[in-house]
Amino acid sequence: MNQLTSETFDSNARASLKDVHLRGALKNLAATFGERRRTAIASVENWENLREKARAIKDETLLHLDQYLENFAENAERAGAKIHWARDGKEASQIVLNLIVERNASKVVKSKSMATEEIHLNRALEAAGINPVETDLGEWIIQLAEETPSHIVVPAIHKTKKQIADLFVEKVGIEPTDDVDVLTRTARNILRERFAEAEIGISGVNFGVAETGTILILENEGNARLTTSLPKTHIAVMGIEKIIPKFTDLDVFLKLLPRSGTGQRLTTYQSLITGTKRSVNGEGPEEVHIILMDNGRSRMLAHPVTRQSLACIRCGACLNACPVYGAVGGHAYGAVYPGPIGAVITPQLIGIGATKQLPYASSLCGACREVCPVKIDIPELLLHLRAEITDGEANGKKTDIPIKGKFAERFAFGVYGLAWKRAGIYKIGTKTARLMQKFVARDGKIGEVSGFLGKLAPPLGNWTAFRDAPVIAPKSFRDIWREELKNDLSTKDTKKMN
Amino acid sequence: MKVSLFITCLVDQLCPNVGVAAVEVLRRAGCEVIFDERQTCCGQPAFNTGYRKEARKFAERFIEIYEESEAEYIVSPSGSCTAMVKHFHELFPDDQNWRERCKKIAAKTYEFSSFLVNVLKIENLNAKFDGKLTWHDACHGLRDLNIRREPRKLLQNVEKAEFVELQGADVCCGFGGTFSVKFPEISAAILDNKIEAIEKSGADFVVSCDASCLMQIGGRLSRINSKVKPLHIAEILAAQE
Repeated sequence: MNQLTSETFDSNARASLKDVHLRGALKNLAATFGERRRTAIASVENWENLREKARAIKDETLLHLDQYLENFAENAERAGAKIHWARDGKEASQIVLNLIVERNASKVVKSKSMATEEIHLNRALEAAGINPVETDLGEWIIQLAEETPSHIVVPAIHKTKKQIADLFVEKVGIEPTDDVDVLTRTARNILRERFAEAEIGISGVNFGVAETGTILILENEGNARLTTSLPKTHIAVMGIEKIIPKFTDLDVFLKLLPRSGTGQRLTTYQSLITGTKRSVNGEGPEEVHIILMDNGRSRMLAHPVTRQSLACIRCGACLNACPVYGAVGGHAYGAVYPGPIGAVITPQLIGIGATKQLPYASSLCGACREVCPVKIDIPELLLHLRAEITDGEANGKKTDIPIKGKFAERFAFGVYGLAWKRAGIYKIGTKTARLMQKFVARDGKIGEVSGFLGKLAPPLGNWTAFRDAPVIAPKSFRDIWREELKNDLSTKDTKKMN
Repeated sequence: MKVSLFITCLVDQLCPNVGVAAVEVLRRAGCEVIFDERQTCCGQPAFNTGYRKEARKFAERFIEIYEESEAEYIVSPSGSCTAMVKHFHELFPDDQNWRERCKKIAAKTYEFSSFLVNVLKIENLNAKFDGKLTWHDACHGLRDLNIRREPRKLLQNVEKAEFVELQGADVCCGFGGTFSVKFPEISAAILDNKIEAIEKSGADFVVSCDASCLMQIGGRLSRINSKVKPLHIAEILAAQE
């Protein structure tokens, strides 16, 4: 499997833009999910109020996260669950592996979980000879294809029906078909067998309720319900930001999450799990292990601007609304979390050095902020990260950003900072530009500037590769103002307002 | 009413006729228009690229110039540059004095169409323009300043003009400042959706409140020899015959 990385976002994106199937799928995603979301939120009275409430709950929780985590752990253990603390992904994966090995188990099923994607849990388990089976249909498809999810909520959105059918023919040996029912039935039959024999079920967590120690998992296929109830042992991997204080807070988040994510009023299944099964003949697993994972989150918590990144409830609405995601898809980001929220949290999770293109991969249009159910100001975060990159330091500490390669940009902005501060120098600058453009302008515009000249001035080359550029006007507004407008205070009667 | 014009560097250098039109419309609406020639740029390119130190210089200069002004309002033919003025205070996280000064100036700064409708309470400028128009919502005007109704109202009241709504009018055109040259292919892909919608609308003119979006959209329209022309809303409202 050839994995893309964030370091090459620009070339990944160029490749994605040439993928006709992907472009079609993405257009469809934006249209369908956008419309469904709009309809779904229209069914809620005072959506804005709900968003405010949700954000206030998240802000309060994050401010006292240590306390709420302790409450959660205490209450979950009282109900029979076992709590594990993991500083990073490696520790979390090791805990999962140890739990499996200690139980002499090898049959493992998984329900969809971004936290386990984030720490590459499957890779770690496979290295130890354990092959967990993804049971969410989308996740199972990409597991068969040996790919990574390209969307937080719909992981196989980049695949067409035909590609999936071909994959099933190749990997599970069905007869060629274009019948979606046949494909889903195939998956269902195979996965049912895996469930029946599973010894361990691994899941993520949507919300962890501090006052009861309950975890909540939302899904539509019933596979998470089976994963967390059939096997004897259930292991849940949970980022520490998933905590909410009270059970009644769920009322707010259950209205927001499904509507924002898939445009549903509610997901088909909501599994509320509080500890282990209650009696010998009761239902549910004998053992429940909850791994509370930091993995870079406390770093985000430390800064008042970046803290809001942890309010994210992973609904994916910002991906569906983002014009950049809509053009290039998830894989181009080269990271587990793509799209606007990915461009914000990936650099904070794995370091800004290898991800420094991501905060720039946005036109700052603000569509993400508009749809975010917890009102995360993603453009503000992107700008914050951009400033960290140019400052070469994060939270007062030097980052691993090489200064090399940024010199030209630094120089340009240095000159800009100098020249535009004073109108006099500004005028000399624009006069020079007016003179220079004579070399490239034709018919009052600048067409494609390629070759040597385009390389000499990359912004001009890059702009004119797709768009004509306007020329600097023979007379600037300030010249016209001084010469014609300033003293012409007459407002002609014929043109006057009634 | 005294209005100080913040012309923005794009209008000053690339499309001064937009500025001339804005002066014409504001005067017709009964304003006394003044223009401080010491003004340069709002610093948004630096701010959006992460150069906060440089951006601060522009903000300070802007504040100092307009603090001296006796005008009641500062009006700009750009949603994006107006939004930048509203963001100035973020550049001084630890300086309460500067934050207050920024907020004071920001409170009297308005985007052109919003100023006409929300401050002057004028929705009909007695403009006459023969053509089919459509409106592109510039992102910062729309999402930072909440300008949606105002320009539509103004355009719908233009005599002889026909207004059609653009499909996906509120979707970004792909400009995004330095984004357009850092990731030109992505910018162009986003732009192509916009161009497709514009051509489908049947409009002769695509109108907006930002010279930057119009440069992006117009640059592509020009490259593909489209019949549709980009125009700033001030140019439409200034037209009377």
